[in-house]
Amino acid sequence: MAKVLVVTSGKGGVGKTTTSAALGAALAQLGQNVVVVDFDVGLRNLDLIMGAERRVVYDLVNVVQGDAKLAQALIRDKRVESLSLLPASQTRDKDALTPEGVERVVGELREKFDWIVCDSPAGIERGATLAMRHADIAVVVTNPEVSSVRDSDRIIGLLDSKTARAEAGDKIEKHLLLTRYDAGRAARGEMLKVDDVLEILAIPLLGIIPDSEEVLRASNLGCPVTLHNPASAPARAYADAARRLMGETIEIVVPIERKGLMSRLFGRSVA
Amino acid sequence: MSLFGFFSRQRTAPVARERLKFLLAHERALDGRSDLAAILQEEILAVIAKHITVDRDKVHVKLDRGSSVSTLEIDIEMPGAPDLKGG
Ligand SMILES: Nc1ncnc2c1ncn2[C@@H]1O[C@H](COP(=O)(O)OP(=O)(O)OP(=O)(O)O)[C@@H](O)[C@H]1O
Ligand SMILES: [Mg+2]
Repeated sequence: MAKVLVVTSGKGGVGKTTTSAALGAALAQLGQNVVVVDFDVGLRNLDLIMGAERRVVYDLVNVVQGDAKLAQALIRDKRVESLSLLPASQTRDKDALTPEGVERVVGELREKFDWIVCDSPAGIERGATLAMRHADIAVVVTNPEVSSVRDSDRIIGLLDSKTARAEAGDKIEKHLLLTRYDAGRAARGEMLKVDDVLEILAIPLLGIIPDSEEVLRASNLGCPVTLHNPASAPARAYADAARRLMGETIEIVVPIERKGLMSRLFGRSVA
Repeated sequence: MSLFGFFSRQRTAPVARERLKFLLAHERALDGRSDLAAILQEEILAVIAKHITVDRDKVHVKLDRGSSVSTLEIDIEMPGAPDLKGG
């Protein structure tokens, strides 16, 4: 049975697109047939993060509006065979996506893929609600910071009320993915701890992605971080999260700071 | 900066945590995602408990939402001889 997974957050810039690419690639590497779909119409970026920006011909809006066939718009990844991308369009027309059109396209994707990973735009408007509309599973991307936690709480409320599943009286599976986690700052009491966020949001934890320069490096090269440097801390955290989505039980380890006291003192004096 | 300040100034996360817990309890209630009367009951109890010993079941909070007027009824039954703490 195909699964539709939405990567959502409310707040912008917390790591949804990074997560969509990394989780999509990791699931594909586990042998799953995966499509990552960019719902950020007008601000598409998933193509760039996946390194497919020069191969975009047709996009989601073309398919939704019936101007292109799904097969014409899908871009197959050059590194992982079972990974595809459905890009967003750059149109400024806010109403380019219709609820009926999105429902039809998601239905078609369900027939072709095991996982449909929907990269949601920020906000709680039409774009975000359309991205979550047909989801079976939601990954709520949250940074350990007050405004991100508050917005995630809003999004959790929408997932429980505005999705097709919620309206039919079914449960939608929700997972928290804590990203840009800085173990040192959490230990020093400068940043919310994992337990704080879990207690407040009260949904199960899918993983903790450390704040890492590897993520920027991977995006510079147009390669999901899980493919670019699989041994790096963020890549391993994303790969474990993908396995958990597949039903494996893998213990979640809270990252701890590796720096010694001296480097911390010096590190602070220049900051 | 004093040595004390050097070590204590950074611990702002606990404040963030408390602010969030308080804020989200109210936002969830406004969304109809949780019961405002229950939240108020807990918070009122906590405030009273600082000064007076009262039973949980002696504090009643009732919220009636009408189309034009909503009422909030708070009924606290005090012990016969107030047992004031720290008095
Ligand atoms: N774990 C991480 N470590 C370091 N930087 C990160 C991490 N995750 C994301 N970033 C950086 O944060 C920025 C925002 O990431 P991203 O584009 O994935 O967020 P988004 O939620 O999709 O944003 P938007 O809401 O605008 O769509 C990018 O510069 C990205 O490289
Ligand atoms: Mg994005």
